[in-house]
Amino acid sequence: MSETPHIDIDYVANLARLDMTDAEKAKLGTQLDDILGYFDKLNAVDVDGVEPMAHAHRVFNVWREGDQPGETYAPEVLTKMAPESRDNQVVVPKVVE
Amino acid sequence: MSDLHFKTISELAAMLAAGETTSVEITQAVIDRTAAVDAQVKAFLSTDAEDALAQAKASDERRAAGEALGPLDGIPIGIKDTLAVKDQPLRCASKMLENYVSPYDATCIVKLREAGAVIWGRLNMDEFAMGSSTENSAYQTTANPWNLETIPGGSSGGSAAAMAAGEAIATLGTDTGGSIRQPAALCGVVGMKPTYGLISRYGLVAFASSLDQVGPFARTVEDAAILMEAMLGKDDLDSTSIAPQGETNYAAALKEKKGPWKLGVPQEFFGEGIDPEVKANIEKAIDWYKSQGCEIVDISLPHSELAVPVYYIVATAEASSNLARFDGVRYSHRSEEAKDAMTLFTKSRGEGFGDEVKRRIILGTYVLSSGYYDAYYLRAQKVRRLILSDFEKAFEQVDAILTPTSPTPAFKRGERADDPLAMYLSDVYTISVNLAGLPAISVPSGFTKSGLPIGLQVIGKAFGEADMFAVANAFEKAHDYAQQTPTL
Amino acid sequence: MQYEAVIGLEIHVQIKTRTKMFTAAPYEYGAAPNTLTDAVVLGLPGTLPVLNHTAIEKCAKLGLMLGCEIAEVCKWDRKNYFYPDSPKNYQLTQNEEPLCIGGKVEIELPGPSRNVEGEHRWVALNRIHLEEDPGKLTHEAFETVIDFNRAGVPLAEIVTEPDMSSSAEAVAFLNCLRNMIVYAGISDCDMEKGQLRCDANVSLRPVGSDKLGTRTEMKNLNSISNVKAAIEYEIERQTEILEEGGSITQETRRWEVESGTSFSLRSKEEAHDYRYFPDPDLMPVQMDRARVAELEAELPERPLDKQRRYQEELGLPFTITSVLCVDRELSEFFEEALKTHNAPKQIANYITNDLLRELSAVSEHGESAHSVSQSKLTPAHIGTLAKIIDEGVISKQIGKEVFTEMFATGEMPDAIVEKKGLKQSNDTGEIEALCREAIAGNAKAVGQFKDGNEKALNALKGPVMKATKGKANPKMLDELLKKLIEEGE
Repeated sequence: MSETPHIDIDYVANLARLDMTDAEKAKLGTQLDDILGYFDKLNAVDVDGVEPMAHAHRVFNVWREGDQPGETYAPEVLTKMAPESRDNQVVVPKVVE
Repeated sequence: MSDLHFKTISELAAMLAAGETTSVEITQAVIDRTAAVDAQVKAFLSTDAEDALAQAKASDERRAAGEALGPLDGIPIGIKDTLAVKDQPLRCASKMLENYVSPYDATCIVKLREAGAVIWGRLNMDEFAMGSSTENSAYQTTANPWNLETIPGGSSGGSAAAMAAGEAIATLGTDTGGSIRQPAALCGVVGMKPTYGLISRYGLVAFASSLDQVGPFARTVEDAAILMEAMLGKDDLDSTSIAPQGETNYAAALKEKKGPWKLGVPQEFFGEGIDPEVKANIEKAIDWYKSQGCEIVDISLPHSELAVPVYYIVATAEASSNLARFDGVRYSHRSEEAKDAMTLFTKSRGEGFGDEVKRRIILGTYVLSSGYYDAYYLRAQKVRRLILSDFEKAFEQVDAILTPTSPTPAFKRGERADDPLAMYLSDVYTISVNLAGLPAISVPSGFTKSGLPIGLQVIGKAFGEADMFAVANAFEKAHDYAQQTPTL
Repeated sequence: MQYEAVIGLEIHVQIKTRTKMFTAAPYEYGAAPNTLTDAVVLGLPGTLPVLNHTAIEKCAKLGLMLGCEIAEVCKWDRKNYFYPDSPKNYQLTQNEEPLCIGGKVEIELPGPSRNVEGEHRWVALNRIHLEEDPGKLTHEAFETVIDFNRAGVPLAEIVTEPDMSSSAEAVAFLNCLRNMIVYAGISDCDMEKGQLRCDANVSLRPVGSDKLGTRTEMKNLNSISNVKAAIEYEIERQTEILEEGGSITQETRRWEVESGTSFSLRSKEEAHDYRYFPDPDLMPVQMDRARVAELEAELPERPLDKQRRYQEELGLPFTITSVLCVDRELSEFFEEALKTHNAPKQIANYITNDLLRELSAVSEHGESAHSVSQSKLTPAHIGTLAKIIDEGVISKQIGKEVFTEMFATGEMPDAIVEKKGLKQSNDTGEIEALCREAIAGNAKAVGQFKDGNEKALNALKGPVMKATKGKANPKMLDELLKKLIEEGE
């Protein structure tokens, strides 16, 4: 990463399912290149043998025991908040695989 | 009784206990004050006076029956729009959730209700807590009550401004990289971020899960301690919440613990980028501690300059995934142009999210994407551990660490709107604390010549809230900054 | 050039728990749409997952059953992709550090005929990890509707190595795998209910080569016959392409049952960039070794181990062991019956012939499939029946009658014999008289017997049995008849 990295905005925007205008993309591209350039600082650090830190505390085995069923929502909780629903199911435009 | 809205929790609790006021009176005072000043401050996205008064009435009835619950019973507490309150809007200041109403209470809200608090209103913020100025709200820009031309800080700007303007007795915010402490400093109030895991995140709309914490805004350190005591604890609904260790009777302990303490001052926090007035102010605060017999130790946090890049990699990566659920399918904004599964997602998300949120989603998606994960995300996770190690080493020598909360006082609206990197640097003193999972508090430490508040940050050891509160409380009690209120 | 197929399978198995993988909402198949959700299932803002300990233990048990190593520590990752059935648009799964590592499954290939045992071999597994099921999409004419009931059901994904070379091996693998999973009580593996789903990776390579060719992934194989047909179709399709000098495109293909063909799912190709990263909401799991040992001790005997044991130690034939061992309940019933009367062959015959015939007759009469546990018979019934026959109390012939009676009423066989007076007659005087009568009345049969036709004796036995209502001891009858014929010479 010695060269300043450059984001392929179209590729990333598609992964993130974000519709953006060309103007938005152009502006964002410049800003993000600046930010990524700033991130280059990290390459100066020796991280050999350092364990990545995914959580603030080292804790294991946090779980729910007993497999006892809890409360459920009535279907109306979902259908009331959904943009479109029918017969207690959420409706979306036809999904073609 | 016109000044009830500027009183502290401990003052009001005493008055309520003595029968000198009622929760309805206090709540009404807060409602009236909000009606009077919020057109200028714009701290609230919505309020529900009827609901608040009903809760206040229930509190008064409890008290009359001799069943008062404790110091928070009957106290109106404002809630940041990123914390779920049953049957109230939960919009995260985003168009994406314009019509969303939460069907459940966040765990911290459940706990406040159990303590008798009156849950009051929805406070403005940067959209999905992304920002340092509250200018990224999709609905309104909140003003700093000390100077309406300036920003209140962010992302919990509404929570800080409401406190400064007397629109609540206390408020809740969330802090991912400084979102409680920085606005607290800029608005001249107390704001505190607990040790990661001390308060459940269940019901906090996730921005960056490994960094997010709920915390209080208050008029005094003691009030913050009272709120913490009510909210902390392991929650079965949050696997990252953790049972507290050590002293948790914070409010009682802060009166007993009088020091002197060994206090660390990291030189890295006083270098490039700090405003000279802020620097002088914090140095004066450090001198005060020295005058009280505290030993001031020069410490080094050598990786702290990497905190900003590490933070923006870790936080945006987590955010890009956390915000994927806002897709137009089940509850969020759905575009009218959605024609198929692809446009359902792309158009709904393109329309629903604001610029800063899009910027961070793109950045976070990029750093996780194929070919870049190791260079960015994995490396950042490793440097994150080095940042934690720096703190652990420092805390072998000292009881707490003193720094400025923000490198500058409140800046003018729009000043950094087009320079995200400059905006990201406003969090330079607060984000390493989130990365290390430590507690920290900002207490008012004075004003600039132009009358803008400055905050002193006290960083504690993990689960060292009791000491952290005591150190901050000592300074607060020796100064009158916290008692000052802006003219509106 | 001759090609050989290389096949790997990915099998998703719904783990049988009462509640979901990351929340306490219940799950059951066939519930009304969106009645089995809560805030976590729907991915509402602010919700967080919490691990289901029972699902973790069941998955570890599955791993032990399939010979996997159980990881010291396993972790949780997010697999990021957008799809309307996915409430969070990421799936919680285990990418980097799964719960179960490696493993191998013994399979039995079909023999040359149904009665002949086929070859056994081992199929290597890569891993088993835990994840969550998405919701269910139903495609209508112009819209798609979503039911989130299934969302969050614990799924074990079993990934094999590319270690099979024919559809027959894949089918044998699935059958053996399913038997083992059902045996261990991890899942009912009903493919019609989506409890077991299979994707197949298929590639070809020149015979003798050890380099893997380009593979395709076949989806939507929701029955074992689909798996077979889809693999065969794909091998044929790829062979044709290669023989014409073409090359295989790495792609996901969907099997269409109606047409018996598959087609490319280009939509799945554009984003295989899943951006996995460790889930910050879930803590890692450290598997307690003592607990793992306990789980291992709780495992049932594997079906093919049991089959081997029945053949080698009890001397039972494949035709019987293959029926007994496929069903854990049946084999346990068998072993329990042996405790009453240790006669494996007789008891196995009663179970695999009489009992199963009666059970299937009940099922055919419109009642739902009848299992051993639902019948009125206990192992003691069968054991006692075999015992009284062996002790000569009743004949095998009478035994059939007693069986029918006890299957219908649940009465113990000795009680039935007592009540109906079915005790075998050993009164030589009476029987001798009857025998003499029979010999006198059928000179032809006597002649045939004398000519060396042993079977001719049956014609003489018939009238005696009839006259004694079957109670004559057949062994005694045989001897008596022979003696009388010899004496008559």
